[in-house]
Amino acid sequence: MAIFENPNYDFIKWRWHAMTLSALVIVAGIGYGIAKGVPLGIDFSGGTIVVVKFEQSTTVDQVRSALAAGMSGENVIQSYGDAANNEILIRVPQLVAEEGAALEQNARAIVDSVTKANLGKFEVRSQEIVGPVIGADLQRKGIYATLASLIGITIYIGLRFRFAFALGAIAATLHDVLVTLAFLFFFGYDLSLNVVAAILAITGYSVNDTIVIFDRVRENLKNKRRDSLDSVVNASVNQTLSRTVITAGTTFLAVLSLYLFGGEVLEGFAFTMLVGIISGTYSTIFIAAAIATVLGGKQAVGRTPGSRKA
Amino acid sequence: MSKNLRWKVLVILGVTALSIYSFYPPDQKIRLGLDLKGGVHLVMRVQTDDALRIETQTTADRLSEQLKTANIPTGGISVAGPTSFSVTGVPAEQDAAFRAALTEVEVNYDRASGAGGYTFTLKPNIAVQLREDTVNQALQTIERRVNELGVAEPIIARHSAADQILVQLPGVTDVNRAKEIIRSTALLELKQVDQGPFPDDSSARQAYGGNVPPDIEILPGTMEGAPGQPASTGYYAVRRVAAVTGRDLRTARPTLDENNRPAVSFSLNNEGARKFGLFTQANIGKQLAIVMDSRVVSAPQIQSRIDDEGRITGTFTNQEAQDLSLVLRSGALPASLTYLEERTVGPSLGADSVRAGVTAASGGLLMVTLFMLFYYRLAGFNALVSIAINLILLLGLMAYVGATMTLPGIAGFILTIGMGVDSNVLIFERIKEELSAGKGVKQAVAAGFDRVLLTILDTHVASLISAAFLFQFGTGPIRGFAMTLTIGLLSNVFTAYFVSRTLFELTLSRNSKVAKLSI
Repeated sequence: MAIFENPNYDFIKWRWHAMTLSALVIVAGIGYGIAKGVPLGIDFSGGTIVVVKFEQSTTVDQVRSALAAGMSGENVIQSYGDAANNEILIRVPQLVAEEGAALEQNARAIVDSVTKANLGKFEVRSQEIVGPVIGADLQRKGIYATLASLIGITIYIGLRFRFAFALGAIAATLHDVLVTLAFLFFFGYDLSLNVVAAILAITGYSVNDTIVIFDRVRENLKNKRRDSLDSVVNASVNQTLSRTVITAGTTFLAVLSLYLFGGEVLEGFAFTMLVGIISGTYSTIFIAAAIATVLGGKQAVGRTPGSRKA
Repeated sequence: MSKNLRWKVLVILGVTALSIYSFYPPDQKIRLGLDLKGGVHLVMRVQTDDALRIETQTTADRLSEQLKTANIPTGGISVAGPTSFSVTGVPAEQDAAFRAALTEVEVNYDRASGAGGYTFTLKPNIAVQLREDTVNQALQTIERRVNELGVAEPIIARHSAADQILVQLPGVTDVNRAKEIIRSTALLELKQVDQGPFPDDSSARQAYGGNVPPDIEILPGTMEGAPGQPASTGYYAVRRVAAVTGRDLRTARPTLDENNRPAVSFSLNNEGARKFGLFTQANIGKQLAIVMDSRVVSAPQIQSRIDDEGRITGTFTNQEAQDLSLVLRSGALPASLTYLEERTVGPSLGADSVRAGVTAASGGLLMVTLFMLFYYRLAGFNALVSIAINLILLLGLMAYVGATMTLPGIAGFILTIGMGVDSNVLIFERIKEELSAGKGVKQAVAAGFDRVLLTILDTHVASLISAAFLFQFGTGPIRGFAMTLTIGLLSNVFTAYFVSRTLFELTLSRNSKVAKLSI
């Protein structure tokens, strides 16, 4: 069985269209995010989240008015998970900059207000309090880890392939990170620790896909030294097309299962991965190779470890 | 079966059996993270300035005593901050004598002369060392307290910044109690009451004409009401220097007082008993202040000489008396703690997460299985066997290195399935290409595996790089993810290349002239 019988699509022809489309999505998404304010989860912004499970059916509005009595500030109150579970998430920002005893005040105030409002029995399912010190620390670490990961991968690919390829791979990976962020903004997901972890996993996944094609390009360059780089790259993308699509499809299915059944805690993580997988596959086919050809010049004969040996 | 092939099969079976042995039974061998088990994660800062302030205060006090003995007058010694104090008004003719008295102070402090006096600043290297010692001491104290709380498998460790401590208590449900026990400084001091109690701070100061002598301090505390009346807050003027402190404690335990109310009794070690005996004998009839963390808990009258036993009474509940004896036994913290981060997962949420994670992983595996069998037929079965062995190795290695399984870790599990599929697909598609290029089955399989090995290594190294930074970045759950991903990647190289290839060779060895491959 085969999905593609000897595919021979001209992907390189579409490279400028693809790059324009990607640029549009990224600019729109990031612009939207900045205009609306980047939605940071409490891991990074600091603040308090309490998830409460009621025994009786309770609406968000009931909880909101319960809190309005005792607490001021911009509170986020939303239903958490399946509506039948009667779980409600309450998020309040860090009101005071100071640390210490004040840190837990908000959590106590939430529980007190809900108790006073007589909404029936309830259970605190989880409680997260992140102070500003830790929030700032995690913010710095998250940015550092993402950049360091990108640089590390660039160096590795630069060592193993020629430099234009490393740039292509890293452009594709950066593209995936930005497209993923754009979709997170569009769909209103907060940037949390889990989401950033998923973005880091995406950098690994995306580059993985790209390396498969580059490996094939390197191999083909040994055999077809007369052809232009464009046509070698295009042939390589076509030769690995089945593999790219099948792998993306199966990984997508596996992560889809995570998105559907993994529960509320991992929803943001799974969503990020889903977007990242689609974007990673698209960028592997349209962006990574295209940038390598643009930067790599027209002739295939170049300094690659493979061609030197040949 | 060739000898070579037999060896390969034996290696695979052996490694698989070893892995199963390593993680079986999983509910005992696989450590669950807080997000799956329930419990609390705390990050706190040790206020190391406290310890420096105490050191500076003690040094200043000692110098003051020394100068008094040597009859060197000063305009006053004042502590300016946690690391410095200044001395003013040393008469010029006494300057040489003053400097001679400084030998002990100058071991740890730098001296600078300024307007009308000297300023002493803690040497930077000593300050660093003191802060380091303080954090370590706090760590040990917290460890003792957590052990007394009886929490299974707690984590108590230094955190990212130099003055931060991470505490993870799996399975703890009464989070507030645990937090109070960890946080309470628990510095017990027995001091002589000079005057009091007074109803408020200012009237206590008035008793000294508004000018409290340097060896007296005013502390808030509990004032016993008349019988039947509730206790109220009062202010005591007590001697600054404690007769006995918590360091001289041997042990403490909950007990009842003569009115059958919960109380805490303590006994002192030899040195403490000697000091306390002398002190109580000299002060019969006076009041003794029992001070916990700068608050007078009770102020009984000393009726006779007491050596090594004492009792702290007050308005305690049973639980409070128990917790107080626990923190007294484990010793005082060298500095106060403030919480920076707290994450609590209720046990019911943890159990739900385990269920959701297992459902998601099984669902993912099922979908992948169906696809692989449908698309690759018999070869797909090979791939599934190698993926299954990969997951077994992953669990076995996790149990072996004591890695913690977290909810994002389960996601790492699912991604490992994806990676396994990827490597197998890469190989299969290559074999198909070789077949359609006209190669025989055996040659196509061999070429497929050989050509793809380098690609698999390249992709795995790149993924390992991002996993390594993920590990650096994350705490708890995210580390679990990075750990699962890393181990999964490593074992996948083995299963996708070695196990899959052996399975192919096994199929082909049955029939030396296979014309068609089910792929």
